[in-house]
Amino acid sequence: MSALTQSTPAAAQSDAAPEKELRPPSYWPFVVPALIVVLAIIIFPWVFTIWMSLNEWKVGSPTTFVGFSNYLRLTGDPRFIEAVGHTLVYTVLSVVLPLVFGTFAAVVFHQKFAGRGFLRGIFIMPMMATPVAIALVWTMMFHPQLGVLNYLLSLVGIPAQLWVFHPATVIPSLVLVETWQWTPLVMLIVLGGLAAIPTEPYESAQIDGANLWQVFRFITLPLIMPFLFIAGMIRMIDAVKSFDVIFAITQGGPGSASETINLYLYSVAFVYYDLGYGSAIAVVFFLLIVLLAAVMLYARQRMLWTEIASDA
Amino acid sequence: MTPRQIIGKISLWFAVLVIVSPAILFFLWMLSLSLKFEVDNAAYPPVFIPEHFAWKNYADVLASNRFVTYFFNSLIVTGGATALALMVGVPAGYGIARMAAHKSAIVILIARITPGLSYLIPLFLLFQWLGLLGTLVPQIIIHLVVTVPIVIWIMIGYFETTPMELEEAALIDGAGRWQVFRHVALPIAKPGIAVAFILAVIFSWNNFVFGIVLAGRETRTLPVAVYNMISFDQLSWGPLAAAALIVTLPVLLLTVFAQRQIVAGLTAGAVKGG
Repeated sequence: MSALTQSTPAAAQSDAAPEKELRPPSYWPFVVPALIVVLAIIIFPWVFTIWMSLNEWKVGSPTTFVGFSNYLRLTGDPRFIEAVGHTLVYTVLSVVLPLVFGTFAAVVFHQKFAGRGFLRGIFIMPMMATPVAIALVWTMMFHPQLGVLNYLLSLVGIPAQLWVFHPATVIPSLVLVETWQWTPLVMLIVLGGLAAIPTEPYESAQIDGANLWQVFRFITLPLIMPFLFIAGMIRMIDAVKSFDVIFAITQGGPGSASETINLYLYSVAFVYYDLGYGSAIAVVFFLLIVLLAAVMLYARQRMLWTEIASDA
Repeated sequence: MTPRQIIGKISLWFAVLVIVSPAILFFLWMLSLSLKFEVDNAAYPPVFIPEHFAWKNYADVLASNRFVTYFFNSLIVTGGATALALMVGVPAGYGIARMAAHKSAIVILIARITPGLSYLIPLFLLFQWLGLLGTLVPQIIIHLVVTVPIVIWIMIGYFETTPMELEEAALIDGAGRWQVFRHVALPIAKPGIAVAFILAVIFSWNNFVFGIVLAGRETRTLPVAVYNMISFDQLSWGPLAAAALIVTLPVLLLTVFAQRQIVAGLTAGAVKGG
């Protein structure tokens, strides 16, 4: 375009110039480098994963196209089905508990008290700390004989537990770590919501003589609902994918009692090097996360409708 | 103060104590484990503050030359992945914000949802085919999966809030788009870049899953190195806790000193659905 403007006679150029100013500048050159990177490390792996999932693809042997048989294999793989169950239990607990504790923490941090900023910094440390490093310390704390947790339980008269060393308690124990780690994120999101709430409803509630619980239940909770929903969504996405802490503490054990989809995916792809089958798991795993997100969105929509209906 | 206010104050402080103590007690216990000799670490009931501090645990970890290698590996991988992400991500965030191309954020969302392991399978084959395994290059590249979406996401949000007037004035004065970006938009965006930088550094530094697949003996980053210590020294808790603390200490310090940026970045990213 600039070449064209230069070739026009001087008289016409003065007309063309303001027109050129008005045209929105093209920002594509700014985006192109990132676009190349995103294509290479996000889009390409996705396309390639889908292609691999349609092949029998093991490291060291020739690949053959097998259509959907990797996906059919999934439906009859007891270890995969078991892993889906573990993932769902782990996820539901790891969404609900941080939501409850995080909301409580946010209500507290919304008050004014000395050292609030510093204490908030301490409070968010668990989610910023290196997961493997904290997983190591939790492993030591879970130790049935020498661990500090059983000692603490003994102080209040509760018998010693096997924590991550018993199939029945391993998932709740891992959820304990996940909750400890991620309650701060829920707190931060809800705290943002609390900051946006107007003060009028509280003033009128005070005049009406509402108690603390009533104020929370009927004023605060409905107003922070959108933020709780977002927090729940993020929590769900992260809990489903949880890997570092589970892998470092139990490697999916004892037996396969804490093997989630992500850990099974790791075993299939990088222990057995069955890359075709692993890719099929990756695709199904991704779709499962999208499905869970859709279910949450639908539930939220339903809730909004019933709220509107009950108002009318 | 009325009695009612005093009760309110006490219950508030009690609530604060309940909320903060899991974090405080955990990190104090971590510190305690790292400063105890094995006798104290194996004692029952547990010893909280030992009579003799085992500074030797830290000295041993730092003195092993492997640890120094792994530290520099972490530094190179995190540094490289963050620098590259800022180079491509900051202009991209600017471009996307100015074009109001909000649909492009879908890609970032997909990146956010995708489990890290899914990237590993194809990229592992690619790196193998390119003969790059055994160097740090694959890890730098794959850490971009973490850092690039963070930087783009935060920069879109930040550039959307910076005023357009200055940029428009510069354009009318005849400055090129690149000059406007370089001399007008970029200086204003410094706080946003700081947020993106800090979060990219933390999440790349903490990353574990890419390392356990791609790192060889010489190319381990610190989280992988610490994980590998477990299998060898099952019962030497002191040095293990010391190593764990050293690995996560930079992040903990950043959390305390750059808390404002971290909170701003996380809530901006989170509330927008990233």
